[in-house]
Amino acid sequence: MHPIVTLVAQRVALGVLLLFAASILIFVGTSILPGDVAQSILGQSATPEALANLRAELGMDQPPLTRYFTWLGGVLQGDLGTALTNGRDIAESLGSRLGNTLFLAFWAAVVAVPLAIFLGLLAVRYKDRWPDRLISAVTLTTISIPEFMIGYVLIYWVSIQMGWFSSVAIINDSMSLGQKLNAIAIPVMVLTLVVLAHMMRMTRAAILNVMQSAYIETAELKGLGMLRIIRKHAFPNAIAPIVNVVMLNLAYLVVGVVVVEVVFAYPGMGQYLVDHVSKRDVPVVQACGLIFAAVYIGLNLVADLVSILTNPRLRHPK
Amino acid sequence: MTDPLLKIRGLKIGATIYPPGEKAREIEIVHGVDFDLAPGKVLGLIGESGAGKSTIGLASMAYGRGGVEITDGTVEVNGRDILKAPFRDVRRLRGGEVTYVSQSAAASFNPAKQIMEQVTEAAIFQNKFTKAQAEARAVDLFRKLGLPEPETIGNRYPHQVSGGQLQRCMTALALCPEPDLVVFDEPTTALDVTTQIDVLAAIKEAIRDTGVAALYITHDLAVVAQVSDHIMVLQQGAMVEYGTTDQIINDPQEDYTRALVSVRSIRHEEKQPTNTPVLRVENITARYSGLSFDVLKNINVELHPGQTLAVVGESGSGKSTLARVITGLLPPSAGRITFDGRTLTPDLATRPVEDLRELQMIYQMADTAMNPRQTVGTIIGRPLEFYFGLRGAEKQKRIQELLDEIELGDGFIDRYPAELSGGQKQRVCIARALAAKPKLIICDEVTSALDPLVADGILKLLLDLQKIEDVAYLFITHDLATVRAIADSIAVMYQGSVVRYGPKSQVLAPPFDDYTDLLLSSVPEMKLGWLEEVLRHRKMESAGH
Amino acid sequence: MGRRAGRLARQRYSADPPSFPKARRMRVPLAALIGLFFTSLFFLSAIFAPLIAPYGMAEVVGDVWEPPSDRFLLGTDSIGRDLLSRMIYGGQTTIFIATAATALSFVIGSVLGFFAAVSGGWIDQTLSRFVDLIMSIPTLIFALVVLSVMPTTIPILIVLMGLLDSTRVYRLARAVAVDITVMDYVEAARLRGEKIGWIIFRETLPNALSPLVAEMGLRFIFAVLFVSTLSFLGLGVQPPQADWGGIVKENKEGINYGIAAALYPAYAIAVLCISINLVADWVLNRTTSLKGGRG
Repeated sequence: MHPIVTLVAQRVALGVLLLFAASILIFVGTSILPGDVAQSILGQSATPEALANLRAELGMDQPPLTRYFTWLGGVLQGDLGTALTNGRDIAESLGSRLGNTLFLAFWAAVVAVPLAIFLGLLAVRYKDRWPDRLISAVTLTTISIPEFMIGYVLIYWVSIQMGWFSSVAIINDSMSLGQKLNAIAIPVMVLTLVVLAHMMRMTRAAILNVMQSAYIETAELKGLGMLRIIRKHAFPNAIAPIVNVVMLNLAYLVVGVVVVEVVFAYPGMGQYLVDHVSKRDVPVVQACGLIFAAVYIGLNLVADLVSILTNPRLRHPK
Repeated sequence: MTDPLLKIRGLKIGATIYPPGEKAREIEIVHGVDFDLAPGKVLGLIGESGAGKSTIGLASMAYGRGGVEITDGTVEVNGRDILKAPFRDVRRLRGGEVTYVSQSAAASFNPAKQIMEQVTEAAIFQNKFTKAQAEARAVDLFRKLGLPEPETIGNRYPHQVSGGQLQRCMTALALCPEPDLVVFDEPTTALDVTTQIDVLAAIKEAIRDTGVAALYITHDLAVVAQVSDHIMVLQQGAMVEYGTTDQIINDPQEDYTRALVSVRSIRHEEKQPTNTPVLRVENITARYSGLSFDVLKNINVELHPGQTLAVVGESGSGKSTLARVITGLLPPSAGRITFDGRTLTPDLATRPVEDLRELQMIYQMADTAMNPRQTVGTIIGRPLEFYFGLRGAEKQKRIQELLDEIELGDGFIDRYPAELSGGQKQRVCIARALAAKPKLIICDEVTSALDPLVADGILKLLLDLQKIEDVAYLFITHDLATVRAIADSIAVMYQGSVVRYGPKSQVLAPPFDDYTDLLLSSVPEMKLGWLEEVLRHRKMESAGH
Repeated sequence: MGRRAGRLARQRYSADPPSFPKARRMRVPLAALIGLFFTSLFFLSAIFAPLIAPYGMAEVVGDVWEPPSDRFLLGTDSIGRDLLSRMIYGGQTTIFIATAATALSFVIGSVLGFFAAVSGGWIDQTLSRFVDLIMSIPTLIFALVVLSVMPTTIPILIVLMGLLDSTRVYRLARAVAVDITVMDYVEAARLRGEKIGWIIFRETLPNALSPLVAEMGLRFIFAVLFVSTLSFLGLGVQPPQADWGGIVKENKEGINYGIAAALYPAYAIAVLCISINLVADWVLNRTTSLKGGRG
């Protein structure tokens, strides 16, 4: 068998293993910690009977291992349990919210990825001159402000002071794509700013690394033009690190979404998660945590797979 | 007299340096160099590191690496001043009229492209040949350069061929567009000595067959003497001497050239073995965890007090592993080591301090062998403190004595390693080893990272110190010239085994086994026509068999 | 194109200078001075908050969202407290939590990182795989999961943030230490028979310090952003205690009426974080150049 197949299989298996381990970690984090869920839900004044009833309802009287496997078995069949606070099926509530979240993240990626790569190239082209310095100064600033604050700064200046776009991003199925895009314009801007800095800096570093290789000098000494050097010699070697950068930052985007959704009252998974954390609705938190972790692990997995698949040493073994 | 192909006048080259933590500043690295190169001739540029030889070579392509910039002078190729020419013309020159072979072909080939595409790229791009013509020419060159499977080797990727083969591919890449001039920048330096001779022969033959002119840049005078018509000796950016190869080798005019020619001329009388060896290695076999084969196979050698055993071999022969086994860093899977009459425990952790003290080590890279945050005084003082409990004035006095022994003198005690030159660093490492008053010092390629003249100084120092301190050396090296200079006995290693072992006079005298013969005959000698002689000799031998 | 200025120049510089010029006295660059100035300003105002703040932290002194005036330099907040005082006390809370969490993450992360690197073998493997696992879940998500069952008190916040962030410190410390432990001078120390204490504290640590110090700046910034985020989500510092994230949460409604009260913390955080970045950059440059020099 081609060694690359083995490597890919190993990496995928590792991803699955990691996801299992993450599910254990999430479960442990919510059930074995000293906080008593039933007590938290019912408050200090709850009667012992009420507490006992709730504990039984939550399955807290079962040993932790049994509870974990019951939960995991459910998850594997698509059953995420029911929310404590309103008794609704979690999978059902999550469905449309997950879609909304992915919609927002998708458009943020559509804007941020090309922009970041373009700015990264620009910074490399004018390395150590003013465009490079300007880009790095601006990105330094955006790295230094939390997402939600960028959100309010943009709402204040763009939406309130200049009157462009709406300050809340509430979308529903009856809206057209154009209306939806108009609604999420500012959140997309915020998310773009949030990931742009990292993505651009890492792209710049990745391209510089390739451009400083001896084989680029060889190409220059063949008298090739700049464009041909980039197309034929730099690009094939830079693609893997750039894809890696993009994937890592998309993973970062997934987290940025949580906060941004709260700021703009966007009906996505992040808001849902934060709401239920305050309400101490453990099954919802577990489900959302697992989904976020799965997306995160998945994107990291894709990044690794791209590195493996584009490595000429692995593709063409001796 | 034909017009010169390359005519350089008053060439000055500057560079921007970035000392850490300080402002960048401009320095001049080549201070006005003139020379001519006629079509079809080979000029050797020779000098130690920092001589500016690569920089001059690249200037003939109007190219400056990084912050390097040509600040003054003219460079004419085929009668045109390429420094004043528009960039479009410079691009036609690069890869068309002048091509380049770098030291590290492994880094200079694009890892993501097949070799053929890269070899023919310049020729096609510069409209010298069609794709089919260029590929036919490449195959022809592959054959001339002695590459295996010349028809198909171009379909491989760079990592799929060996280092020596890739270096030949790089030569094919440079010759493919039928240039007028090829700049060879240390093309064989990174190769093992037995590979070097083949690549050198291939390059020489290719130069002769194609009638191309060449600048051959190297630090090794013996190598350049085999391929060039003229030689220019450079030192710190300025010309020292220029002449025909014959004149430079046989009748050097300048002191610096004479020193380069006579390098490694140290003569050392072989000492007789005593009855009680200080180190006895018996049946040592070792492997690294995770490897499926033994790196050392049944090694037996002895070393006598105050003498030098040279362990010589090429990369991968296991010579450095032997040092790791003796020091206890890699416990052997079988065998026994006796040191000064006691059996050494296999693992470092279980050895008594006295064993550690009497067995010291000096490393190849003095840079990484010293903690950059400790002063010379701390580095040399620590063994005095650790083994002998010396403190205060007593310790300072002993440190100064050691510094005097390694010929560094006053004012070094408070310096940091970064404030020393390469040779000085290695001397401090020697002092650190001597501070422990050892019976045996393992020297692992201690001179191979140094320029020849500096290396010579270190070898002389080691020999002098051996007389004073009566210490034995286990000298690990790939360089046979060094072995000749200092060894009393020699062990030749090949693929984990000792293939030849004995007193120097016996090991270096015929009859030889095949490997030792190959190794010895591959070491370039400082005389004209050596390469042809060896090749003729080898041809006759193989015909005789 | 083909600019390898840095690398080549460094090679040349270290190639073989006859005698290395003594490292000169370092000038503190302007950017670092600005950074140092603002960083100290923030820390001093955090330490002396009760002396500087014109009003009490939770004292209602005026109307809702009064505009800036002589009495209230930044105006008042959503329930009529002096915003400047809230900002000063909020800075105290935020900076205290971030400092404590950073210190905790450094103690845990670097001790375990060095320990793993120097011991190697199964200890290294176990620790590193466990850290990989924790890092496979985004930090914020992990914190939310834990906070859904834990009470949100300041000690718990500090411990949680310190533990989660120590994974990053662990990775860096381990990587740096592994780089150093393969150096010949560490091997030379082992061959000399030195104890593990000497190897860690005299050979490894002095060379690992500069990247760790620079990283400390970045971790502190991250901690400031993180605690602000949690407070903004209502899961961090609880009212009436002031902190920068909380001030945004309390005053966010004002934005829609054009009241900028919620933006002041954003400016404060940005200035603090940029200043620390500037200082960290300088420390990194300075200490790397000190390697072997005498500053």
